[in-house]
Amino acid sequence: MAMMMRALLWLAPGLPAALYWLWAVQDALGANPVEALLRALGEWSLVGLCLTLSVSPLAKWLRKPQLMVWRRRLGLWTFAYVLQHVAVYVVFDMPGLALVVNDVLQRPFIAVGLASALILGALAATSYQRARIHLGPQRWQRLHQGAYVAAALSMLHFYWMRSGKNDFADVWFYGLWLAVLVGWRLLRARG
Amino acid sequence: MTQPPQPSDITPQAAYAQRRLWLQYMAAGGAGAALAAWGARSAFAALPPVARPGVLPPLPAQRSALPGAMVSEALTPYRDVSTYNNFYEFGTRKDDPAKHAHRMPTRPWTVQVDGLVHKPQTFDIDSLMRLSPMEERIYRMRCVEGWSMVIPWLGYSLSALISAVQPMGSAKYVEFVTLADPEVMPGLRSRVLRWPYREGLRLDEALHPLTLLSFGLYGEVLPNANGAPVRLVVPWKYGFKSAKSIVQIRFVEQQPRTAWNVSAPQEYGFYSNVNPQVAHPRWSQATERPIGQGGLTTRRQPTLMFNGYAEQVAHLYVGMDLKRFY
Repeated sequence: MAMMMRALLWLAPGLPAALYWLWAVQDALGANPVEALLRALGEWSLVGLCLTLSVSPLAKWLRKPQLMVWRRRLGLWTFAYVLQHVAVYVVFDMPGLALVVNDVLQRPFIAVGLASALILGALAATSYQRARIHLGPQRWQRLHQGAYVAAALSMLHFYWMRSGKNDFADVWFYGLWLAVLVGWRLLRARG
Repeated sequence: MTQPPQPSDITPQAAYAQRRLWLQYMAAGGAGAALAAWGARSAFAALPPVARPGVLPPLPAQRSALPGAMVSEALTPYRDVSTYNNFYEFGTRKDDPAKHAHRMPTRPWTVQVDGLVHKPQTFDIDSLMRLSPMEERIYRMRCVEGWSMVIPWLGYSLSALISAVQPMGSAKYVEFVTLADPEVMPGLRSRVLRWPYREGLRLDEALHPLTLLSFGLYGEVLPNANGAPVRLVVPWKYGFKSAKSIVQIRFVEQQPRTAWNVSAPQEYGFYSNVNPQVAHPRWSQATERPIGQGGLTTRRQPTLMFNGYAEQVAHLYVGMDLKRFY
């Protein structure tokens, strides 16, 4: 029973993606399913990134170190969302290398998004304990502060995408969330 | 000594050419109508009319016999046409028009037609709808954002209205002004565009028989989200040129300042003809995503020059550098 609960908890962050894929298969994502799926996975990636970066401040604030297990878990889930986001773009939106290359050249915000995805890939690849030991805790720590670079690039990617329509409400929301997290880190680094 | 002729005594060559063009179009329209009557006995009569979704009042019409007016591609489902589009007065998201436009009253509605015309008039919408016989036309619609639809519109050539008001020789352009009512249009709070939304065409473009003054789609009156009660449809130009919920049509001498051109002149030109070779500064226009043709695995398709209407409209732009006049 406890095992079941733990497994469910582990799998819970995958629920939004699972629902979107289900709707996609049922053709229930409206007039432009590729766009709807692509944008949903992109936005959930950003949510994942914000949540992952919130784990450590939250654990310290609540004095609950046991919450720290969620950092790697959510980090890996975030990368899983990013991978799906990129996969929908490459497989359904711009199938074929020629289309992708042409599109990236024409739309720099996509290059920015890809850069963020690459950083998160490096973090996911070095997320397990052996990599941490191999790299040494200091280097590992420095590398994984790259999450903030990825977050900044993701925000730029999101801002750029939404700026076409001056639609900045959500950009403000995630931007403020991340700004608070960065502010918290800077304060702690000084204090 | 005889008085030298005043400039106003001489018909400008452009106006003269335009008048000839106009007469040609009128003649072509007459021939088209005759052809339709003949064709109605056989081929056209065999085609069933587009099935009505049964959502709004019906708007009876004859299938158009105009060359190029009947695309034979699969129609975009009514649901997609009426729930996925841009109408920034109601918000910038694709589902905003369908969510908010129902609050816009479409009766009473008048369209003021003025400027450089001999017979300026204000038309009540119901009399405007009776001005010329309603036709059903199936046009491709290509949005500048890179998606496309195939839509069965109802209406008549804008040229019918133009001939009713008799433009003066000095009229070179037609400007379309659309509704901007903050009471019913939440999008007007955004400064993404300058309101009211304005669009414009060169007079010869406006006179082209494919340029449609539309009052309906799918056999019914226009859904509010799609620009009820009257809108423009210019199938060879990007969708934003087809102004919705029109309240005024002005004939002018100078090229009108259009909403998107004012907002982002380097991205949206006055002409905005569909052209796969001229990229938008922020994305390619070489391909498009057809809406409503299946689910996830629908492929993008190549965008056609003048959206597939080159045969009908390319002559309007002979000698023009379409990269410069984008």
